[in-house]
Amino acid sequence: MPIAKVNGVEIEFEPGMTVLQVAELAGEEIPRFCYHERLSIAGNCRMCLVEVKPGPPKPQASCALPAADKQEIFTNTPMVKKAREGVMEFLLINHPLDCPICDQGGECDLQDEAMGYGRDDSRYVENKRAVEEKFMGPLIKTTMTRCIQCTRCVRFATEIAGVSDLGLIGRGEDAEITTYLEQAVASELSGNLADICPVGALTHKPWAFNYRPWELKKTESVDVMDALGSAIRVDARGPEVMRILPRVNEAINEEWLADKSRYAVDGLMRQRLDRPYVRVGGKLVEATWAQAFAAVAGKIKATAPDRIGVIAGDLSAAEEMKAALDLFTALGVKSIDCRQDGSALHPKWGRESYLFNSTIQGIEDADAIMLIGTNPRIEAPLVNARIRKRWIRGDVLVGVVGEQADLTFPYTYLGAGVDSLKRFVDHGPIQKEKPIFILGAGAFARPDGAAILAMAAEAAGSMGLVKDGWNGFNVLHTAASRVGGLDMGFVPAEGGKTALQMVEKGGADVLFLLGADEIDLGQTDAFVIYMGSHGDAGAHRADVVLPGAAYTEKPGLYVNTEGRTQMAERAIFPKGEAKEDWTILRALSDELGARLPYDTIEQLRDKLITDHPTFGQIDYAPGHASAAAFDLMAVGEKGETTDAPFVSPVKDFYLTNPIARASRTMAECSSLHAGASKMAAE
Amino acid sequence: MSVRRLAKIQPESFAFSEETRATADWWISKYPEGRLASAVIPILWLAQKQEGWVSEPAIRAVAELLGMPVIRVFEVATFYTMFMLEPVGTKALIQVCGTTPCRLRGAGDIMEVCKTKIGLKDHLSADGNFTWQEVECLGACANAPMAQINDYYFEDLTADSMAQIIDDFAAGKTPKPGSYAGRHSSEPEGGPLTLTDPALYDGSLAKPVILPNQPAPEPVEGGAA
Repeated sequence: MPIAKVNGVEIEFEPGMTVLQVAELAGEEIPRFCYHERLSIAGNCRMCLVEVKPGPPKPQASCALPAADKQEIFTNTPMVKKAREGVMEFLLINHPLDCPICDQGGECDLQDEAMGYGRDDSRYVENKRAVEEKFMGPLIKTTMTRCIQCTRCVRFATEIAGVSDLGLIGRGEDAEITTYLEQAVASELSGNLADICPVGALTHKPWAFNYRPWELKKTESVDVMDALGSAIRVDARGPEVMRILPRVNEAINEEWLADKSRYAVDGLMRQRLDRPYVRVGGKLVEATWAQAFAAVAGKIKATAPDRIGVIAGDLSAAEEMKAALDLFTALGVKSIDCRQDGSALHPKWGRESYLFNSTIQGIEDADAIMLIGTNPRIEAPLVNARIRKRWIRGDVLVGVVGEQADLTFPYTYLGAGVDSLKRFVDHGPIQKEKPIFILGAGAFARPDGAAILAMAAEAAGSMGLVKDGWNGFNVLHTAASRVGGLDMGFVPAEGGKTALQMVEKGGADVLFLLGADEIDLGQTDAFVIYMGSHGDAGAHRADVVLPGAAYTEKPGLYVNTEGRTQMAERAIFPKGEAKEDWTILRALSDELGARLPYDTIEQLRDKLITDHPTFGQIDYAPGHASAAAFDLMAVGEKGETTDAPFVSPVKDFYLTNPIARASRTMAECSSLHAGASKMAAE
Repeated sequence: MSVRRLAKIQPESFAFSEETRATADWWISKYPEGRLASAVIPILWLAQKQEGWVSEPAIRAVAELLGMPVIRVFEVATFYTMFMLEPVGTKALIQVCGTTPCRLRGAGDIMEVCKTKIGLKDHLSADGNFTWQEVECLGACANAPMAQINDYYFEDLTADSMAQIIDDFAAGKTPKPGSYAGRHSSEPEGGPLTLTDPALYDGSLAKPVILPNQPAPEPVEGGAA
């Protein structure tokens, strides 16, 4: 490997690295604005100047200069310092001095670098330029006078998000960042624009003027808005979550975050269930915990176990599902289900049958991708971004069976439904090293889901998706709780009913909903007990409401679609009289005379891990580890299928769960998006 | 130069004429499949030739024709000042050079004439016939002061000749481009002072030149060596 000297220290580097990367490798920090390691190189801010020998006797932009063998790089000479000070002075010529009212203040790259390279005064006496504000949608606030034209946002939108909406118009002093005719940015990843903006030109509109970064308590946690479990940081002030930002997790979200995960936070303060309610005379009336428990215990004790149903929702942590599972199994209840969407996935066919086995990072190794009954752009935007990343690198086949949606990359459309999938059942091995299927809820969450699952598995077997060192059979879930539920066997016992059967008329006499809001409760005539955080569909129909905690208010284990167990932390306390959900079940178990054998969350987790060891493997995704033992032929149940096309269950990206539905920001995005797609259809 | 914006009043639609479309196809055929965006500048120019200026529907039409995001076409159209984003005079677009040599030779007077006869710089005249602009060096310094009117250079202008040209355009005539001081091109005023020997031009003074790599000349029958 070539060797360069950075400030006199020799360092080995990979061929093809830039001078900036080599200097970073040697531990030298290079200031930069336009350079971003996940975007293409622009080289237009000139802040990363260094001195390089051999070379012309002038400072060079290190981000765009390839490092060479025996090169000498200097990052701390007087020439470098002077050159950077000159660049900084130019950048600040037109930059307003409004740090005190700027939302980026305190976490601004320009502010930070100005501490090192800025002058204490200005020599510029001419007029500063002013730029008209731009409209970029309900999520991105613009103050374009602050823009330093680094074009990171343009490159992010074009390269990562795959929507060529942003551009740099005009030139020279009049250059401006804008969208065409000031349309909103049509991306599910638009919040990242504000993250990558090194100054305060693009900031988060929903949180404008609400906080200063240094007054927030930061808690590292896990996102539950989709099934990816993106790494997030919850920033709270007092009892309120002010914002959610992504953390770097190369395996899942890199450093991006979908808009719903980021901006649904205002939903955490609205529509909250902060005390128990009991329905009296057709109306929900405020009650004490004792009254609520009495109502619940009385009803459950008076009902035969086979007339009781338990349904877990999309946002439940593993702890409360385990507590509910233990409690109701002990009571003899068999109708227990975590699949409120009616999906056919079942743990009896092996863990691999419902995991994203190639892993999300593995998408980058795949050379043939078939999306079946899924629209990853709205079901899991970051999976879509990964597929796009893979597509940009080239030499990959992408096919779609299902909805013909704009996925931000071109693909071969293979058909709408079962018939198109059937053609691949006896396809034979394909001439690709690492092919993958991505199977979405549109395929398996329907009455003939088990048969489709069997068909997809058979096609996967025929095409050679599963082999030594590679497992390309992927299931993309839409709910954060689903894999955890399947892992612990939160499915109907022998003779039990599925979630959809339970909510039929006469399906059950008592329904216990663990935050289940995405299931149609219009038919059921059961006594409904709803435990959850938000007054949504479930609470609306409930006879007793037990206020629980939202995901930011409780520690919890979540298993993402890859089978990766991750631990979320509590950032703030539950609202009002609400309690962490597992403690409610623990207290209820006393009332029911079936005391759960754990008093602390550690004991509960011990029990969970003892019963289901996969929950102990924090941050581990099995991937292809068990590919050899995975029998594709055993997956699903062969049977009749209908020719209905595959339709993604996610109708509206912005409103998939009770928290998002309570959020005004998400409502605004949703109506804007609906208007835009209506216009596009006309 | 100032901030360039799309005109406030835009036409309903834009359609390539048959002729423009044919030329556009000729340009497009120069670039390989998937690289059509390379043709964006010539196609925008064709659109401008057709309408006189680049309207918002035209930008969209170009984007659609080349299969590129409309913001990318917008970037190009706003970057290059030769793309007119506002309607210009139907009879003449007068671009007066205002860079140093022209300025020293009286470009100020030319602009004054434009201002009195047409109106404000960068504004469409009241009758819609004329627009005049001040532009940077057009590369005809030897014939300063000069202006580009529509597609041609009008050189060695004076206030009087400029006024006459504007009047001619207004009257629907097509004034002759080139020098208005009687010059053929950029030779000195009053005719050439050097290289006046006619023998220079009839070949009689030419010496046979032997280029280093020239192959030996084929003997020509009856010809002089």
